Order: sequence, then structure tokens, then C-alpha cells
Amino acid sequence: MSTPASRLREKAQVLDEAGLDRALTRIAHEILERNAGAADLAFIGLRTRGVTLAQRLTAKIAKIDGAVLPVGALDITLYRDDLDMRGVPVIRGTDITFAIKGKTVVLVDDVLFTGRTIRAALDAIVDLGRPRMIQLATLVDRGHRELPIRPDYIGKNLPTSRRETVSVRLREHDGEDRVVIEEPEDA
Amino acid sequence: MAWTRKDLVTIRDLDASEITLLVDTAASLQEIATREIKKVPALRGKTIVNLFYEPSTRTRTSFEIAGKWLSADVINFSVNGSSAAKGESLVDTAKNIEAMSPDVVVVRHGSAGAAELLARELGCAIVNAGDGAHEHPTQALLDLLTIRERKGHFEGLHVAIVGDIAHSRVARSNLHGMRKLGMTVTVAGPPTLIPPFVQELGAKVSYRLEDAIRDVDVIMMLRLQQERMTRGLIPSLREYSRYWGLSLEKLAAHARPDVLIMHPGPVNRGVELSPEVADGPYSVILDQVAKGVAVRMGVLVLLAGRKAEGAA
Repeated sequence: MSTPASRLREKAQVLDEAGLDRALTRIAHEILERNAGAADLAFIGLRTRGVTLAQRLTAKIAKIDGAVLPVGALDITLYRDDLDMRGVPVIRGTDITFAIKGKTVVLVDDVLFTGRTIRAALDAIVDLGRPRMIQLATLVDRGHRELPIRPDYIGKNLPTSRRETVSVRLREHDGEDRVVIEEPEDA
Repeated sequence: MAWTRKDLVTIRDLDASEITLLVDTAASLQEIATREIKKVPALRGKTIVNLFYEPSTRTRTSFEIAGKWLSADVINFSVNGSSAAKGESLVDTAKNIEAMSPDVVVVRHGSAGAAELLARELGCAIVNAGDGAHEHPTQALLDLLTIRERKGHFEGLHVAIVGDIAHSRVARSNLHGMRKLGMTVTVAGPPTLIPPFVQELGAKVSYRLEDAIRDVDVIMMLRLQQERMTRGLIPSLREYSRYWGLSLEKLAAHARPDVLIMHPGPVNRGVELSPEVADGPYSVILDQVAKGVAVRMGVLVLLAGRKAEGAA
């Protein structure tokens, strides 16, 4: 799928475990504040790490507000506009068991970059039903948008160069909680 | 891993990880059938041609629905009323179709090797939807998906494939796939309908239905292909049905209580399956048909969405 690029090396740590947790706690509070509570909220995470982040956010909201909110998983492969350029990645499927109609959907992704993934996700969600509103939460906003898309909740604004990679590592997948910037070794 | 092949012609050519990728992809696409709006934009602007030289309802419709749910344009080209009936060769017909720039051509043909020939001659992706008694890869994939969903895994399962093995592309594709995935396969049928190659492919052979279905996890009953029988390979339909037809009594007496009964369709009711078995609780025949659409969506996505030559 990807071209055999040179190996990546860690350039800087952006968030450590405590920092990541604090960012999610703040976002959880912001979501409740913006929506004046948890009524009619539903979370949809983008596979794979967006789903994990959505689960952590709803766990925090449950602690703060007591509300147990639904979390769905969205795979946007079938909505991408660049399949010809990238080839088809492994499709892991969409798993959203609640009705979206009338809900305020909080879409969660780990890193916001060009905005093309979010564009695809918006199309995918609208195909599943008509939400009252969609809001976007991202742990890291690294800039370089190619579409008019703006997040509602941001864990960390992070100016990056295009050749860098932002790696969000979560305990459930990577055995640790932190966010790092990586760059090619030949840089 | 990513899919790299231009075509899907046989299961024999694939390795276990490729088969698993196809089955996994199909599994993840099943959810689309449950949506209110059964359409995703993955293959918008792509053209799929169904080129069918043999009659087919299930397979052609299944590919057509799969293509349409993926937003592709699907054109059906059946041999009746087409120039093939006027004597045009397969390759000539296919090249004419290719001149209209399809992305995928799905071909069914009565001759083994037809899909392979088109895969070589044409630049677009070719999907084999059945070539003679050779292979029918998407049928094997949907059978595998059905089995994995019901049994949870492949490794170590024992499957009996019963009936007209000699004329069955379904049996051949399944046999290749199941062996690659670590399953045990017993083929069973009258000696005239068991070709010698099955043992080379690692299958056990049984000439008695009662023995073949004992202790297996899955029984796959094949259709007696009367249209392919040019010689008297069986004495009579009645005798075939008596010895090789699966009835509730035989199931109860010899098979495990959790056995799955599969059939690629169309069923000759009262020949290879009694109606009570075909419609009974062990039967997953209609589930197989539903999974067929998901499998064909998966195949079309992986082939039509394959990275364009030279793309970065």
C-alpha cells in the first residue's frame, strides 16, 4: 500500500501519558459544556484509534455526568477518494448499532491532517441517517488542511512539516499512552 | 497485507493469506446489506461488465447487486441475442467489450480456462464466475465465509463434499481453499463421479454417504449436473437419490447434531437433498446466497480499487 519509505525516527514527544489524559478530560468537559449536557449525544470513532479515544471520552463523560453514551466504529475505506492512488487497505467494517437520526454525533479521530478522512467520514455518516448535528473532536490538529474542515474540540494544536508523521500511541494498541512526532531517518 | 493481483481466476493460485484477506474483506462488508440506504461510493465511476456465456440467476444477480451497492455501473452482457450467438470468438467479444473501457469483466463460460484466457488477453480485471468444471472462486469464498461465521475458525474442521465431484467447479475451488486453510476434506459420491485428481489435492475419498457424513463439521451437497452428463454416469436419478440423497433419517442416524448443511444451488429437491433437509434447521443455504453479495463486493473493491499502475 505505501511506498517503501525510509524508516522513521522519533523527533519529539508532544504529549505524555498524563498530558494525553488531561487533554481528553478537558475535551470531555468541553463537549458537555457546548451541548449543555449529554442529552442526545452519540460518539463515532474512526477506526482504529479514534474508536479507542471515543471510548475514553464517553468513560470520562460517564464519570462527570453519569450519562452512558453510545459509541460506534466507522471504517471510511469505501468512502475514500484516493483508492486508485493508495490501493485498498484492509477494510475493518463499520459497526454502529444505534440510530443516528436526530442525534448530535461527536466524530472522533486521533490526528486531523488534510481533512480528507473527515470529508469521507461525513459522507459515510450521512448515508447511515440524518443526525441533528455533527461535531468533530481530534486529539492532535497538525494543520495542512486541503478542505474547509475545522475541528470543534482539539487536544493539542501542533504545527508540523508535511514530511513529519504524528504518531498517536494508545495503551490498547501500542502498550503506551503518548503522542510523538517522527521524521524520516534520512532527514 | 494488500491485494496485488489484477484478476481473480482460481483459488488454486492464491495463498492462505490472500484467501483470508478476501474472506475478511467480505465479512466487513456484510453490514451494508442491513442499512436503510444500501450504497457506498467506493466504485463510483467504475464500470463492471457481466459477460455470461452460461445461464445463471444467482451468480449474475449477486455480482450485479454487489456492483450497484458499491456505486459502480453494471452492464449485463448475456450470450443470448449477442454477437457470440453469431459466431464471434470469446476473445473477440471480450476485446470489443474492453474497447468500451470497463474496469472489471466478470466472466462465466462453459469451457475451463476461459477466464484465464481473458485475464491474459485483457488489461482490465477479470473475475472468474465459473469456467466449465474448472473453478468458481467466489462461490468457494462465500462458502468459506459461511463456514467461518458458523464455526468460528477454519483450522481443523472436517468437511464432506458429496455428489457430482467430477463436474463441479464448486468442489474444485472449495477443495483448494479448504486444504490451504488447514481443513480436512472428504469427497464422496458414486465412483463414476469422483475424478482421480481429488486425492492429489489431499482429499479423502468415500463411496458411501453414511461413512462420509459421520463426524464432519460441514456437509456440502452438490447439485447433480444433469446438463453436463453426456454419458450414463449414474444408473438412474431414483437410484442416485436413494444412495446419495441426504434425508433427515440419514442425518439423524449418521451426522453430528451441530453439522452445517450447505449447497451451492440451485437445489434439485428430492434428488440430492430432501425438502425437509433443504429447509431444515441445519441448512444455511440462503445464508450462503446472502454472503455471496458481500463476497462479490469484496472481490470487486479489491480488484477495481487496486492501486493504479505507476501511481505513487
